[in-house]
Amino acid sequence: MIASDNLKPHDQDVLQLRNVKAYYKTKFFGIDREVRAVDSITLNIQRNQIYGLAGESSSGKTTLIKTIAGNLRPPLRLLEGNILFNFRNHSHPIDIATASSEKLYSVRWKHISYIMQGSMSVLNPVRRIHQSFIDFAFHHIKQPYPKFLKIVQQHLEDLHLDPNILKAYPHELSGGMRQRVAIALATVCKPEFIIADEPTTALDVVVQKSVLKLIKNVQQEMGSSMLFITHDLAVHANLTDRLGIMYAGRLVEEGETKKLFKNPLHPYTKHLISSLPSIGDLSKKNSLEGSPPNLADPPAGCRFHPRCPLAIEQCRISNPPLVETAPKHRVACFKVNPRKE
Amino acid sequence: MKLGLVENLIKVEHVSRYFSLGGILTTNRFKAVDNVSFTIPVGSPQIFTIIGESGSGKTTLARMMLNLVKPSSGTIYFKGRDLTTIHSRKDKIRFMGDVQPVFQNPFSAFNPLKKVDRYLYISAYRFTTASTKSESEKCADIALNKVGLSLPEVKDRFPHELSGGQLQRIAIARALIASPSLLIADEPVSMVDASLRIAIVNLFKTLRDDLGVSIIYITHDLTTAYYISDQIIIMQKGVVVERGEARNILENPQHPYSQTLKQSVLSPTSTLND
Repeated sequence: MIASDNLKPHDQDVLQLRNVKAYYKTKFFGIDREVRAVDSITLNIQRNQIYGLAGESSSGKTTLIKTIAGNLRPPLRLLEGNILFNFRNHSHPIDIATASSEKLYSVRWKHISYIMQGSMSVLNPVRRIHQSFIDFAFHHIKQPYPKFLKIVQQHLEDLHLDPNILKAYPHELSGGMRQRVAIALATVCKPEFIIADEPTTALDVVVQKSVLKLIKNVQQEMGSSMLFITHDLAVHANLTDRLGIMYAGRLVEEGETKKLFKNPLHPYTKHLISSLPSIGDLSKKNSLEGSPPNLADPPAGCRFHPRCPLAIEQCRISNPPLVETAPKHRVACFKVNPRKE
Repeated sequence: MKLGLVENLIKVEHVSRYFSLGGILTTNRFKAVDNVSFTIPVGSPQIFTIIGESGSGKTTLARMMLNLVKPSSGTIYFKGRDLTTIHSRKDKIRFMGDVQPVFQNPFSAFNPLKKVDRYLYISAYRFTTASTKSESEKCADIALNKVGLSLPEVKDRFPHELSGGQLQRIAIARALIASPSLLIADEPVSMVDASLRIAIVNLFKTLRDDLGVSIIYITHDLTTAYYISDQIIIMQKGVVVERGEARNILENPQHPYSQTLKQSVLSPTSTLND
């Protein structure tokens, strides 16, 4: 049932996830509860690529990030699978799942960094911005303070930000500016892999566009890879190279963003793309019936089948594997890939 | 109640709101809303959209229309009555029953420690003739049916047991219990997933067409505004820069600010570089 063999590991890949299962396991008063937030995810992210991940809330996007960053605190547990990072200056790939805490400490922020959603909660509200830079990056840059400050100032100038904001407090900056500072903070160590979790969701349209441009420029200049997460498909269409669609903890479709928008195969992806409203389009948009499944008790078979207009008997019984239907395009749906008996 | 012909459901006349900055002695004033006027006629329910970026005074305008904030100058008439003349408790309840809000974040609109159906019962006791438990449950069920839910789905549930889209629909159902003639929805979809947005805006369309409720839809999302609105005003720094028929304005914006807004809208066919 595991269709992971069709994705051969490659030297160009910076991140390889192989059949990753991360569940929240709790035990209260003798009642075991298991939330299958990330279930058998296999994907590769290449160097110099922006990989987009889309899906509604509670589809396991944030849990996947936590797993990738090695932030596995109970009740979140990694049951099986490998998370391999293949950095340029490292002779061996690092498996986050088994790496020691010292190793993780040396890798985080230096090689893997994180742009978070709420920039107000990233920056310490009672300390000036430059102190936040010290907290995050001083240890990793390993330079004396005057030189460290010069590096930070140069980095801000590269991002077309005024270095004077280092003296400001977070509340003195606007939402968009704070998000730009959060991006500068995440990229100051020139990491090879950046995780961006809904960095523009809280911003309005004009600011959103300029922040997205900044993210793209930074990524291209540094040649790093990025995992970009948002539920807004219009953002994915403009920014990402490859796009994976998550539903209820599973990857249901993955492909090159442009091709995926032109030719979506999975019914869920089709729905997401067709329900995007746009200016000049007056056709009636329909919403999906029902609500996303409870991951503590997901439906049997394909997790999308209770809401799927195309569901057949097979969908209720077994889980469709993620199969490569076209080069670099994988879909998990029995209607698209009828099983050969 | 003034007798005679009431032409406008709500009439906003040269309304401004200033906030003073700094201490008591300073004369620094921040103009949140500056000389805004518009009307929504009675009898022809419509979705009236207010568009603007953060800080453009959209929410202050909404709060003034809900009579939560008094305008610094200008007047707002609701069904011909000046909002500042509403004093008695009876008048206030009648006004609140006629103009209902829907807030931005459904997760913070409900108390996480209280069951969500409680809000529906309280609204039913206050705004309808219901006086017993079973009557209020009936009112709640009717309102929930209008938004595509039913009471058994909601009964005895806490907010964390429901999804964001469900909660937002319950918030709209709560507003509908009072059978208002005007809903003021302040960014009702910005905290909701893209896939649920369409469900909420479709619901607004049904409310307008089937129940005859006028809706003031405040948003910064131009695409859903284009999808549902009839009339539109675009605000920048408290000033209305463009107004008119929604589809004309959004297809063909004239003011430079409206044009920037339109250009910033991302769509599957746009690119970041223009």
